[in-house]
Amino acid sequence: MSILVIAEHDNSALNANTLNTLNAAAKIGGDITLLVAGSDAQSVVDEAAAIASVSKVLSANDAALADGLAENIAWLVNGIAANYTHVLAPASNFGKNFLPRVAAMQDVMQVSDIVDVVSADTFVRPIYAGNALVTVKSSDSVKLITVRSTAFDAVEATGGSAAVEELAFGEAFEGVSFVSRDVTVSERPDLATAPIVVSGGRGVGSKEDFAIIEKLAEKMNAAVGASRAAVDAGYAPNDFQVGQTGKVVAPDIYFAIGISGAIQHQAGMRESKVIVAINKDEEAPIFQIATYGIVADLFDVVPELTELLS
Amino acid sequence: MKVLVAVKRVVDYNVRIRVKSDGSGVDTDNVVMSMNPFDENGLEEALRMKQAGVATEIVAVTVGTEQSQDTLRSALAMGADRAILINAEEAPEPLGIAKLLSKVVEQEQPQVVILGKQAIDDDSNQTGQMLAALLNWPQGTFASKAEFEGDSVNLTRETDAGLETIKINLPAIITTDLRLNEPRLPKLPDIMKAKKKPIDMVEAASFGVDLTPRLEVVSVSAPEARKPGVIVANAAELIDKLKNEAGVL
Ligand SMILES: Cc1cc2nc3c(=O)[nH]c(=O)nc-3n(C[C@H](O)[C@H](O)[C@H](O)COP(=O)(O)OP(=O)(O)OC[C@H]3O[C@@H](n4cnc5c(N)ncnc54)[C@H](O)[C@@H]3O)c2cc1C
Ligand SMILES: Nc1ncnc2c1ncn2[C@@H]1O[C@H](COP(=O)(O)O)[C@@H](O)[C@H]1O
Repeated sequence: MSILVIAEHDNSALNANTLNTLNAAAKIGGDITLLVAGSDAQSVVDEAAAIASVSKVLSANDAALADGLAENIAWLVNGIAANYTHVLAPASNFGKNFLPRVAAMQDVMQVSDIVDVVSADTFVRPIYAGNALVTVKSSDSVKLITVRSTAFDAVEATGGSAAVEELAFGEAFEGVSFVSRDVTVSERPDLATAPIVVSGGRGVGSKEDFAIIEKLAEKMNAAVGASRAAVDAGYAPNDFQVGQTGKVVAPDIYFAIGISGAIQHQAGMRESKVIVAINKDEEAPIFQIATYGIVADLFDVVPELTELLS
Repeated sequence: MKVLVAVKRVVDYNVRIRVKSDGSGVDTDNVVMSMNPFDENGLEEALRMKQAGVATEIVAVTVGTEQSQDTLRSALAMGADRAILINAEEAPEPLGIAKLLSKVVEQEQPQVVILGKQAIDDDSNQTGQMLAALLNWPQGTFASKAEFEGDSVNLTRETDAGLETIKINLPAIITTDLRLNEPRLPKLPDIMKAKKKPIDMVEAASFGVDLTPRLEVVSVSAPEARKPGVIVANAAELIDKLKNEAGVL
């Protein structure tokens, strides 16, 4: 088995989800090559080479690879995919964007968002917003897979010294160009990896009142999340959304505050170790999956909780 | 310009699905079906393009059984000009769907194809990207804003870090995020008018595309249920439980 993993990064640091994806690769078993496609991303290449489970790093350095444009990354990966039995990428917006493109170029049916490796050709993935798990066996010669990071522990980031090989990029795809990026700046830890997540929903009522969610999060050094309703109402930015169409998180503690617990929201947090629900409606579906629930007005409980944690 | 919108008939998002006891799949008998929510956004966007004078004709296309006519009727009621039903008894995988859609694109020659970012039944999130690759077109995925300007689109995409804007030249593929727009509800007269609009029926087999599945479904199971939790009285008790019972604080 020889496995190619595509690293996610921002040209300066590796995204933690790459370490989870590498663990899925390790479960498949075999020789692991990590591709860093970027522009002036030497620090990422260094990080990649230091990962113990990686035996080789491929470094493709080109301005056309700077911004993760799917057309260019897909072209690059398509050129080398046939050398491997498996090609893996994180099931993040980065991986979801380019890997299906490679799959069509390779005439392969991608296996999306796997949560378990049964064997080298058989994988488990959630469907219907996680209300069912399907085990599928792939008959394609190269298996293209995106990996749900919360379902696999991160591999050790250090301890290795893989050889680095340059990979030349061809010509940039005509007809697509990067214009701008509007990155949410937050002092809070990253939602995808934080051990504690505090999420607010429509029940919080306004953007101003969302500050009580942030205060609680700050007290616990937690990340802030939100339901879709809260994002749509403008209480929180889009990248805070947890759920079927937002981020999937699995922290030690997940606080769902003023969130009803629609199946689409549950899809993004039901694997959390402990779920705390604060909602004034005792019938809210969130209580069916909560480890601990408080039936009360969030404007009473949350400030009290924040106070007691001081 | 002509816009092609791909719509899929799926189990309604309000339905809590049940896994069949023999593990062969999900029970879809007698459950409410509707248009994939993301595809409603796709159609709404096309309708707005037409209102703005950017689009001239909107064609809705689906791959499914004859029952998928319902979904196409909804699309026509929302305002699509005509519809194409590609009849396939066994639901093809996203790769097969993308291949069929690429044939429709060859015939129809649209400048833009809009798809949902994911179908809420299989949650694959692949078809649009695959179609873009097959046509060798640029793709604007997970779109929350699309501004047409001459031969190109300034497209704002939702990413894990926030938003990004790319510029893609036409012809292009767009896949929608829910925040792209608020889909309209068809009015009764539109529903009546939709009954007279044409639906072309074509057999999937007639496209000469290999639709053999690449993934064999070994089994389908329900996720492990969470242990029932407890209701606590107040913040102090909660902190105590988190510290001393769950040991997570
Ligand atoms: C295709 C599709 C995809 C979707 N994807 C997602 C997704 O990824 N993530 C997501 O979150 N949603 C998603 N949704 C939306 C989802 O269906 C729900 O509409 C949404 O999760 C509701 O958000 P909410 O719980 O904040 O709001 P609501 O359902 O309105 O719930 C608000 C809750 O707050 C409580 N409340 C109100 N005031 C107070 C108070 N003062 N104190 C305590 N409690 C209070 C209420 O009792 C209520 O339970 C999706 C929907 C569709 C159709
Ligand atoms: N059977 C189908 N018929 C028409 N369009 C489809 C079909 N399946 C998927 N699509 C389109 O592809 C999008 C993404 O689906 P998927 O890749 O399956 O998650 C959907 O939102 C639809 O726009």
